[in-house]
Amino acid sequence: MPGTTSGSSSHSSNSSNSSGGSGSRTGAGAGPLQGGPVRGRRSDTVRPGQGRSSRVRPYAITRGRTRFGRVLLVETLVSALNRPADPADRSLPELTAICDVCRGQMRSIAEISALLRIPLGVVKVLVSDLADQGRIRVHGADSVDGAELDGGDEVPGASKRDLLERVLGGLRKL
Amino acid sequence: MSGGATSTKIVVAGGFGVGKTTLVRSVSEIPPLTTEAVMTEASLGVDDTSAVPAKTSTTVAMDFGRISLAPDLVLYLFGTPGQGRFWFMWDDLVRGAVGAVVLVDTRRLADSFPALDYFEGSGLPFVVAVNQFDDAPVYSAEAVRDSLAVPDHIPVLLCDVRQRSSTVEVLTALVVHALAEEPAAAPEMV
Ligand SMILES: Nc1nc2c(ncn2[C@@H]2O[C@H](COP(=O)(O)OP(=O)(O)OP(=O)(O)O)[C@@H](O)[C@H]2O)c(=O)[nH]1
Ligand SMILES: [Mg+2]
Repeated sequence: MPGTTSGSSSHSSNSSNSSGGSGSRTGAGAGPLQGGPVRGRRSDTVRPGQGRSSRVRPYAITRGRTRFGRVLLVETLVSALNRPADPADRSLPELTAICDVCRGQMRSIAEISALLRIPLGVVKVLVSDLADQGRIRVHGADSVDGAELDGGDEVPGASKRDLLERVLGGLRKL
Repeated sequence: MSGGATSTKIVVAGGFGVGKTTLVRSVSEIPPLTTEAVMTEASLGVDDTSAVPAKTSTTVAMDFGRISLAPDLVLYLFGTPGQGRFWFMWDDLVRGAVGAVVLVDTRRLADSFPALDYFEGSGLPFVVAVNQFDDAPVYSAEAVRDSLAVPDHIPVLLCDVRQRSSTVEVLTALVVHALAEEPAAAPEMV
């Protein structure tokens, strides 16, 4: 299995930034804005983002993840496939509605949530079911089996740079 | 299960009324949409519960826009409430993000502290964008940097998020910064 780099390591590799040595500069320049508050650099500040990589959040492992291992993020694109509805699903009109809004076009999880006025978390669960039933296609990067099981949904290493380059190229053409 | 299209996102954070929705609107190809996340106890991280009152069920609204950067590449912009009590929500939202823009209003600097604290600790690349309101005193980016104790390597820009070109400039600066922060490709990935 080639992809041993997981998303969690990309967090920790960047975490040195916040402790990086620019602390001595405080107050060297113009100082606080007139009458404004000053934000100090307190080392004892609780930073909720820290330790995220070591976190195990049960819901992140089960909810919002399709059976075949894709993580559904707010921006994840899906589109409907032409697969007849499971008769057992007639009781859930939301499933049909989701297929309808993403037939013939890709929609993100967030767009589905906004258009159908269904909370994000519920959309993730329903889309996950639809993907498992083969009624919805989940677009985006391949999941390498196992590579995502520790929560690393983020694009690792080289492909992350690739993605950033493409985003930059796109922005510069706007 | 892979597809022909890729999507990614940038998170826009900052205090109430700082211009998050205006920023999103200025570049989005669709009018900003609003989505709601219902946060219940069950969806809170195990180590986040101390930061959130017990047994909460909060509805948090986010607005977002979309930019098609290429036929197979879509960028979403998410404007998110910037208060500390929504931290638990950011954890979920920022997964997979290119980075974040922390919007600042110089008249209410303190409103940006929670977002700055969060992103400094998260490891997610971010830039600080000072939204210049007409009736606000003008400060240099460096003065704002000093007041907010923003480390040198993090870009601080002045902007007017009502202007599409200004917003694009901010987003571009963020992606350039994210590229600089991204470690070079690991050999085994090639
Ligand atoms: N003069 C000026 N007004 C602005 C600018 N950006 C936003 N505004 C105005 O400020 C108000 C608030 O902007 P919003 O974009 O709604 O701010 P927001 O951060 O989304 O606000 P909340 O979602 O309520 O937290 C609106 O009336 C905007 O028209 C700016 O750059 N200059
Ligand atoms: Mg808004």
